[in-house]
Amino acid sequence: MPADAPPVDALRFSGIAKIFGGVKALDDVSFTVGAGEVHCLAGENGCGKSTLIKIVTGVYQPEPGARMQIFGQDYAQISPTQARKAGIAVIWQDLALFAEMTVAENIAFETMLGNRPRGVSYSRLRTAAASALARLDVDLDLDARLGDLPIAQRQIVAIARALVSDARLIFMDEPTASLTQSETDALLSVVRTLSARGVAVVFVSHRLAEVLEISSRVTVLRDGKLVGVYPTEGMTQSRLTELMTGSSFAQDVMARDPTGSDVLRVDDLSRAGEYEGVSFTLRGGEVLGLTGLIGAGRTELCHTLFGMTPADRGRISLNGRELNLSSNRDAVAEGIAYVSEDRLALGLIQPQSISDNTVLAVLRRITGGVGLLSGQKQEATVAHWMAELAVKIGKPADAVSTLSGGNQQRVVLAKWLATQPKVLLLDCPTVGVDVGARAGIFRIVRQLAEKGLAILLVSDEVPEVYMNADRVLHMAGGRIVAEWDPRRTGLSEMEAAVYA
Amino acid sequence: MHRFLRAYPTESKLLAVLLILCAGLSIASPDFLTLVNFTSLLNNNAVNVIWAVGLLVVLIAGGIDISFAVAASVVQYLCVYALVAIGGGNWAIGFLFAGGFGLALGLINAFLIHQFRIISIVVTISTFNAFFGLLMFFSSGRFLYNLPSWWSNRVILWEYQTANGTWAELILPVLVMAICMAATWILIRRTTTGRQLYAFGDNPEGARRAGIPIGLMQAIAFGWCGMMAGIGGLMQAHITKEVIPNALVGRELEVLAAVVLGGARLGGGRGSVLGCFLGVLLVAITQNGLNLLGVSPYAFKMVVGIIILLAISTSNLDPAKWFAKGGKV
Ligand SMILES: Nc1ncnc2c1ncn2[C@@H]1O[C@H](COP(=O)(O)OP(=O)(O)OP(=O)(O)O)[C@@H](O)[C@H]1O
Ligand SMILES: [Mg+2]
Repeated sequence: MPADAPPVDALRFSGIAKIFGGVKALDDVSFTVGAGEVHCLAGENGCGKSTLIKIVTGVYQPEPGARMQIFGQDYAQISPTQARKAGIAVIWQDLALFAEMTVAENIAFETMLGNRPRGVSYSRLRTAAASALARLDVDLDLDARLGDLPIAQRQIVAIARALVSDARLIFMDEPTASLTQSETDALLSVVRTLSARGVAVVFVSHRLAEVLEISSRVTVLRDGKLVGVYPTEGMTQSRLTELMTGSSFAQDVMARDPTGSDVLRVDDLSRAGEYEGVSFTLRGGEVLGLTGLIGAGRTELCHTLFGMTPADRGRISLNGRELNLSSNRDAVAEGIAYVSEDRLALGLIQPQSISDNTVLAVLRRITGGVGLLSGQKQEATVAHWMAELAVKIGKPADAVSTLSGGNQQRVVLAKWLATQPKVLLLDCPTVGVDVGARAGIFRIVRQLAEKGLAILLVSDEVPEVYMNADRVLHMAGGRIVAEWDPRRTGLSEMEAAVYA
Repeated sequence: MHRFLRAYPTESKLLAVLLILCAGLSIASPDFLTLVNFTSLLNNNAVNVIWAVGLLVVLIAGGIDISFAVAASVVQYLCVYALVAIGGGNWAIGFLFAGGFGLALGLINAFLIHQFRIISIVVTISTFNAFFGLLMFFSSGRFLYNLPSWWSNRVILWEYQTANGTWAELILPVLVMAICMAATWILIRRTTTGRQLYAFGDNPEGARRAGIPIGLMQAIAFGWCGMMAGIGGLMQAHITKEVIPNALVGRELEVLAAVVLGGARLGGGRGSVLGCFLGVLLVAITQNGLNLLGVSPYAFKMVVGIIILLAISTSNLDPAKWFAKGGKV
């Protein structure tokens, strides 16, 4: 190739369609990524972003009529192996890691592929894994079993895995969904370095600030159709939201003074190595924000409030009565519900149906006369919550795993709301949820608060608690270090304190 | 040491239990801790270990095989007829035939599972019945005694006369067991194919997205299990010097229990050769001990059942944590 010829595009796809059981997930979409470009793929939950990635990488076959070109070469059909050989690597939204294997094996998994058997060198494996982690500037135990890691670290493993191969095009499907700010920053700088070296990156995220910061162009999808391809130069978050949803969302600080009486009271709660001397009260009708970096002890605190781990010291009382929770069953019986941050492992039973997942926590309430499950009651409960939360589903009988990530999160929410709780613990409830749906979820949270529910909203995104909570607690190193009123303390002040 | 405990929690636990059991039995019975007793334990359990490492590969790949013990019987019959037809043969041809026939039967399972996307337990229960039915039909339940002499003559690898005049010896199946264990270890720990098997058993969808050929994985897992079944069958007939059509039925569950005891997971993705060996040994030594203590053989199965229950219910205790400095690992 002569030196002055323009570099070939990494991808040129057009006429891409995909039909799942009669429903069009993608409809005549074109998608082009330039060499070395950082390109964002944006759209609401269920608009087909992950499906498009799976088609490009040969996991799904498109409907006939697709034209596919990777680095200038035409393909009539793509298999995962071909995609890999063409230099494509993927960070899957559901990670697709191997729980029983070690961190090192997961990261360097690429080196173990290929049909011809070869010897495995564990020392080479470890070296490759360590250098990938070093590029991300994180330190993980290479010998840990992957299944034992918390979600954020698994996410990092998935990212490192894509860096091991010498890929020329990397797809990142919501890689930052469960990362903290500092980890996200590290990832974004890796993306910049990759791009400078000529590696193209396709980036998917529902955090629009990130999208605008990192990419040069953005392809917007809505309901499986292409809306358009836009340069990010001069693009604003609200304009992008409008393109994605077809409507705009303006938001104000929601804080007000709650009127209810004290519902949940926590006194001097401690658990060695996790959190220390935590005290707060949560009133009926109040949305209490709890923010801080990952590792600050927020999730651990939630686990104790939900009866999953005992505290070493301190008291939890509900409506003035001291609680003695020995399991999460007790917590559910007391009217405490917990929406977990780790939806893949804890929140949902992936292969089961949407309907069964929704009623999982309320099986006793949907029984008929003789104590057997009543199909009718189940149907009614499911229909009610699917409509209430505007979940985009095919049939309630479909497996939860067929839903897009954001819609899965809504099913988790539905499952807990169906228990009609008094206290709702929301642990990062908007992980992987698009802007429109976030607004929807917070609207529901507000309505629930207005009905008198006491809500603890945990989030590592400070703007989220700033906008939606009545009061904000800042947790760091296992302790509550500050309490803010969003009407008095500004967002930038809060962010400065948390990310300091 | 700490690293071993972490990588092999179940195996370490099993080893500890085994040592305690051995210590207890040596005190309770003077005949337990003797060379004669230990060599005969190895001789008598070599075939189970060969089958166990074959089954291990299937479990790692996320499947299960109920048919391998019956397949071993089928292989024994086919070998006798084929060897008689070619005029007797020798050990090399015997291994070739046994391994080859076993591989073929295993591939039938793999083909059915992959082609028709039926889960392995259903397929292998069907082939268990099909193999057994065909075998009983064509053999009419007759025993075969006309084994070639190289096959039925006991091959003693090592012998030693103890002080009280009894002989301790190791026979051919023990060597074959060691080779099968080594080969399986190399396959699953040291080759990329083996690691792909683990990955496939652990997360089939993740493996598919990485481009691992699913059909090939099934073929390797069930083919390997079939091959080990055939070789185990050859060794079994070497020990008993006869072929009985229904002699091996039921052994599959015994072996399955030992493999699961050894840390293999029924969901796939986990298990080791060492664990298989220890699992078979634990069951064998328990039975051996009960025997030496004069307990009724009818109680054996019950005790083995209790051991398995205990092992599985304590399987989430992690010994690495007991040795870790300062709490959390
Ligand atoms: N295997 C499948 N079977 C049936 N329907 C599917 C399957 N995979 C995806 N879908 C449907 O296709 C649509 C697009 O899903 P996709 O996962 O691509 O969305 P997404 O844009 O990635 O959303 P999110 O932002 O929530 O991850 C959804 O309506 C989803 O339910
Ligand atoms: Mg997606």
